[in-house]
Amino acid sequence: MNGPQDLGGQMGFGPIGPEKDEPYFHAEWEKRALGVTLCAGAMGHWNIDESRHARESLHPADYYSSSYYEIWTKALETLLKRHGFVTQDELLVGKSLVGNTRPKRVLQAEDVPAVLARGGSCNRPVNTAARFKAGDRVRTKNFNPEGHTRLPRYARDKIGVIDAVREGFVFPDTNAHGRGEHPQWVYTVVFDSREIWGEEADPTLTVSIDAWESYLEPA
Amino acid sequence: MSHDHDHDDHHHDNELDPMAARVRALETILTQKGLIDPAAIDVIVDTYETKVGPRNGASVVAKAWTDPEFADWLKRDATAAIASLGFTGRQGEHMQAVFNTTDQHNMVVCTLCSCYPWSVLGLPPVWYKSPPYRSRAVIDPRGVLAEFGVTLPSETKIRVWDSTAELRYLVVPMRPAGTEGWSEEDLADLVTRDSMIGTGLAKEAP
Repeated sequence: MNGPQDLGGQMGFGPIGPEKDEPYFHAEWEKRALGVTLCAGAMGHWNIDESRHARESLHPADYYSSSYYEIWTKALETLLKRHGFVTQDELLVGKSLVGNTRPKRVLQAEDVPAVLARGGSCNRPVNTAARFKAGDRVRTKNFNPEGHTRLPRYARDKIGVIDAVREGFVFPDTNAHGRGEHPQWVYTVVFDSREIWGEEADPTLTVSIDAWESYLEPA
Repeated sequence: MSHDHDHDDHHHDNELDPMAARVRALETILTQKGLIDPAAIDVIVDTYETKVGPRNGASVVAKAWTDPEFADWLKRDATAAIASLGFTGRQGEHMQAVFNTTDQHNMVVCTLCSCYPWSVLGLPPVWYKSPPYRSRAVIDPRGVLAEFGVTLPSETKIRVWDSTAELRYLVVPMRPAGTEGWSEEDLADLVTRDSMIGTGLAKEAP
């Protein structure tokens, strides 16, 4: 979706302001927000693509005025309500009011180290041969889906070169909406800065994205 | 606020802070329903405060600087090479290492969210997840670098890697001059987090 998350090339957000000796957390609640988000995700009722889509679906004014842990927390409330684990009334009073669906899994403290160390792979076998090879010229598609996609606006309808053929990966555009993993080949595609930003762009700059095969056409 | 919450460790929070209250409500509800184990949250936080952080990445870089075979492996199969040092898991399942040279500087961003190689760098800093960096890295990397106090020669090529899929990028900065014969451990001390994102360079030898 052309949402607030799609930030590449936007202007007006001001300085980056790196913080010297930045702590991992700026408040105790951020620690709990991280943990609750990971534990709730570990129940196994939604995937990372649906989580990302819930975050980018915040109203732009809300998204831009929220810190990242705030964005995570607000999106988590959406996911928990959508999947029937909490109600709006419960969020308002801050306690459980109704018995609910059983989760597929509950992440127990003793299992956390192994679960974090294992992670969750997103690569999958793809039955077809890769359509492109390194060095091929490709054009990214011009589309504006209302749902989730990982092709940023700045890189749509642009000519680039396949830098590397990666592997098959779960397709976020369907997976975020419960429509299946439908894995596709992923490629690193590199663009000259002038193709993306125009003649005034820094000629020493190249930008690459990692693109699913259906985002690309031969050029 | 709920009064039946049994965690004393965050009572020093300002009880009126709306986000603290909101997150407390979520944790309380999910705990009461048996959907989460609050002790698991403590282990997650401890993991990323004390165990998984940029020291991991620094040791990968230091090894690549001193061991050409490892550097070659890291270039070809970063996930396996990094796993051989014990660094695996969440947000590091599919790693790519990109090597800075005198010709090309590499910088990593996620314009669409906050993708970051947790297994080697830990949790991302706030600026990495925020609109100023995410918007500017792909269009004005030299301006971004200047804010980090880095000025590259004007002829140095800059490659910005936008992490739009599940590949996670680790920048291998150039080895500082005057460090011949240094141990991996001493070299790792020169490898900053920012140098592995590409918004910094490795520290110079004293």
